[in-house]
Amino acid sequence: MSTDAFISETVTITGHGGDSIEAYAALPQDTAPRGGVIVIHHMPGYDAGTKEITRNFGYHGYNAVCPNLYWREAPGAEPSDAAATSRAQGGVPDDRFVGDAEGAMNYLRGLPNSNGKVGIIGYCSGGRHSWLANGSLPLDAAVVCYGAFIIGDTPEGIPPRANLAHLAPTMSGPILGLFGNEDVFPTPAQVDELEQLLKDAGKPYEFHRYDNAGHAFFMVDRTSFRPEAAMDGWAKVWDFFGKHLGS
Amino acid sequence: MAVCTYQTELLKVAGSGKGPAGWLRFTDASVYVDHPVHAMAGHTLNIDLRNPAEGPAARVAVELHPQAARELAEAILRSLDAVPAAVLAAG
Repeated sequence: MSTDAFISETVTITGHGGDSIEAYAALPQDTAPRGGVIVIHHMPGYDAGTKEITRNFGYHGYNAVCPNLYWREAPGAEPSDAAATSRAQGGVPDDRFVGDAEGAMNYLRGLPNSNGKVGIIGYCSGGRHSWLANGSLPLDAAVVCYGAFIIGDTPEGIPPRANLAHLAPTMSGPILGLFGNEDVFPTPAQVDELEQLLKDAGKPYEFHRYDNAGHAFFMVDRTSFRPEAAMDGWAKVWDFFGKHLGS
Repeated sequence: MAVCTYQTELLKVAGSGKGPAGWLRFTDASVYVDHPVHAMAGHTLNIDLRNPAEGPAARVAVELHPQAARELAEAILRSLDAVPAAVLAAG
């Protein structure tokens, strides 16, 4: 149930290796038990658009938290500066990401009004992260928005990302996948492959693919924004999390 | 076509640039084609001229439409080629 009574603020959570990292939280202010959502930012970073998404989950009645994955390299930096620094250093190591996602999960489950259920959503590189977290941690639901390099080899010249196909059998929560048919990372054929992996592993999932949409169709301040796909995608997200994170 | 590329060229550079906080000495550059943060295009040629020792904010960033990037690159090369090599060698 939506609410206007939530607080959004910067918090500190305990991430990988016991590190204190910055995160942005949106927390409904009543005692009714509710689910939590980890929001994973895209490669351009812990930016205004991602914080808006985090607040949107608060408005829709979820406790939400978005860890700043670039905090260690660039504490307090403007988001695009932090993203440039992370890019120059080769990006976020997978094991460190899982540790930070675990910290976010523990933070949400530890809130007084948590119902114990926690899901995750990520966009672009965060879509790959969502898959990685759901295959590595005890989560209740995961949304993968056009995650690149979950499977397949990374092309020459691109810092290699580990192929995460092997995580399909260890997926903890059901998966909602949202993809654009004009995307190249991942291609529609890679989305087929991803779907087959989940099918073979017997994992619950639902995939939705949109025509006239490519990568980053949810991003309202980019030319990639596709309102029709984004509106339908959001409706799917609310249904999915409502089903799997409700009390 | 929509692509989210992670391909990045990294190089050492010497020189200076000016940002809102004043002049900055560059030591490093990142060059890549990816979604821009600000430019109105699906993909741009992005250059971060940086001084990592001064922190993440020590950066001058540009996001150029691909054709503009090519024209700029050609103009840079033409400018360099128009000057006698001895002038450039003299520093």
